[in-house]
Amino acid sequence: MIVFELILLGFLIFCSIAVSISKSLYSTVVIFMSYSLVMSLIWIILRSPDLAITEAAVGAGVTTILFFITLKNIDNMKDGNTDENDEE
Amino acid sequence: MGPNLFTNYYETASMILFAIGFTTLFLQPNIIKKIIGFNIMDTAIYLFLGAKGYIAGGLAPIIVNGVTDPSVYINPIPSGLVLTGIVVSVSVTAVSLALAQRLYKRYNTLNIDEILLQVEKERA
Amino acid sequence: MKTMKNKITAVFKKFIDGDFDIEAKEIKVKPEIKSEHKEQSMKERYLIWHDNHGVHSFKTIYAGCSIFVCVTLAVILLYTVSYLPAYGNPLNPANNEVSDRYTEFGLEETGAVNTVAGMILDYRAFDTFGESAVLFVAASIVMMLLKKDEKKRSKHLEDHSRDPIIKHIAQVIVPCLLIFGVYLVLNGHLSPGGGFSGGAVMGAGLILYSSAFGYRKASKVITDKLLRNIVFVSFCFYAVAKGYSFFTGANHIPTGIPLGTAGNIISSGLILPLNIAVGLIVTCTMYSFYALFNKGEI
Repeated sequence: MIVFELILLGFLIFCSIAVSISKSLYSTVVIFMSYSLVMSLIWIILRSPDLAITEAAVGAGVTTILFFITLKNIDNMKDGNTDENDEE
Repeated sequence: MGPNLFTNYYETASMILFAIGFTTLFLQPNIIKKIIGFNIMDTAIYLFLGAKGYIAGGLAPIIVNGVTDPSVYINPIPSGLVLTGIVVSVSVTAVSLALAQRLYKRYNTLNIDEILLQVEKERA
Repeated sequence: MKTMKNKITAVFKKFIDGDFDIEAKEIKVKPEIKSEHKEQSMKERYLIWHDNHGVHSFKTIYAGCSIFVCVTLAVILLYTVSYLPAYGNPLNPANNEVSDRYTEFGLEETGAVNTVAGMILDYRAFDTFGESAVLFVAASIVMMLLKKDEKKRSKHLEDHSRDPIIKHIAQVIVPCLLIFGVYLVLNGHLSPGGGFSGGAVMGAGLILYSSAFGYRKASKVITDKLLRNIVFVSFCFYAVAKGYSFFTGANHIPTGIPLGTAGNIISSGLILPLNIAVGLIVTCTMYSFYALFNKGEI
């Protein structure tokens, strides 16, 4: 069991380092999503099922969606920033 | 160094994660990565709290068959604290992402150094 | 001697006339002029240097300082961790009489089988109320930052054609997600779950529905006004119910709310309705985050 826990914790650390290293923002967000999923596994090992459900729904679900929509909006602004930029 | 660095491996890992998140927050010029670093710091703190409340061999804090002996279950307080904290971290993330979008709309870049340069130019 | 005297009187006369300054003559020394001149050039040189290398060297110094701060922080934290009490030990100071009381009398006093739900919605209900307020404030801030004008909105509402694969998968997953969310909320006092997790799952289901079947279809059912009313009613209900319960509890008046038998769905007094209120608030907030980020309106 301890080996499994250590593997999961090592994966967390690996993910958090990969976030700073990776070049593409989209892959960064996906890495962060897998980080959240592994975190929810760790909550189950720590006997807190409430937290596991919340982390899986919130960390891997809603937060990732918000990040992706932000990146999509930014890409849209990059393509046609003339009609988006004129209100300022 | 004290004796418990490797016994407390959850706490050790959470502190390493906290330091990595802090470094990301400081050193990455990209705002999106800064926000992710902030999130990593959040989760590191939650992991620390959860590990402090764990009792070896304890069950999840849901009372089974009317047994209310506290030594059977884990400590419920960190679970309650972290449960509310996770939801707050989502709202913090949402607000900071909205701010990042506004910054991009204004300055056309996500790099905080370039934003600072542009601000300085406008002021001059 | 005489010439000297004449000189002095001449100087004195000049001084009285006002076109000669004795003190200035004595103090005005050449090196000072030089240093002033030098300072100016230093300033100019600094400005030129700043224009060329300023940002770059600032970055280097900043990176060095931040690495130093982070490494120091990590070392201090790890050093502290090495002196903390051992992981998983039941005798740790964190497991004190407060948590013992929650598990020991929680079932009896709140009627909730899930101790965490009993804790956050009964003993510490004000905390949870503030929590929901934080969510509400965050949704308001996002609305202020990202809401678009009326005339701009119509341009963005055009839905491009959706992927059929996503549509078919969403048809299966969305009902499951919503039912699972409702189950989590309604069974929050009996099993793991509760308002926060159930609300997040339901919000994720609504987000999936909206992104798979197009925004127009979703906005027919879920309108701005509906979300606002739901959040308002939930907040008011939470405040009134918990205010009543705290007021009576503090004055040792029996509340008159039956706790029921532990383990039934309708039991544990106020926890079930409060769970529903919190779940609705979280669902609405999550969906409004998505809608505001995606379209600039709810």
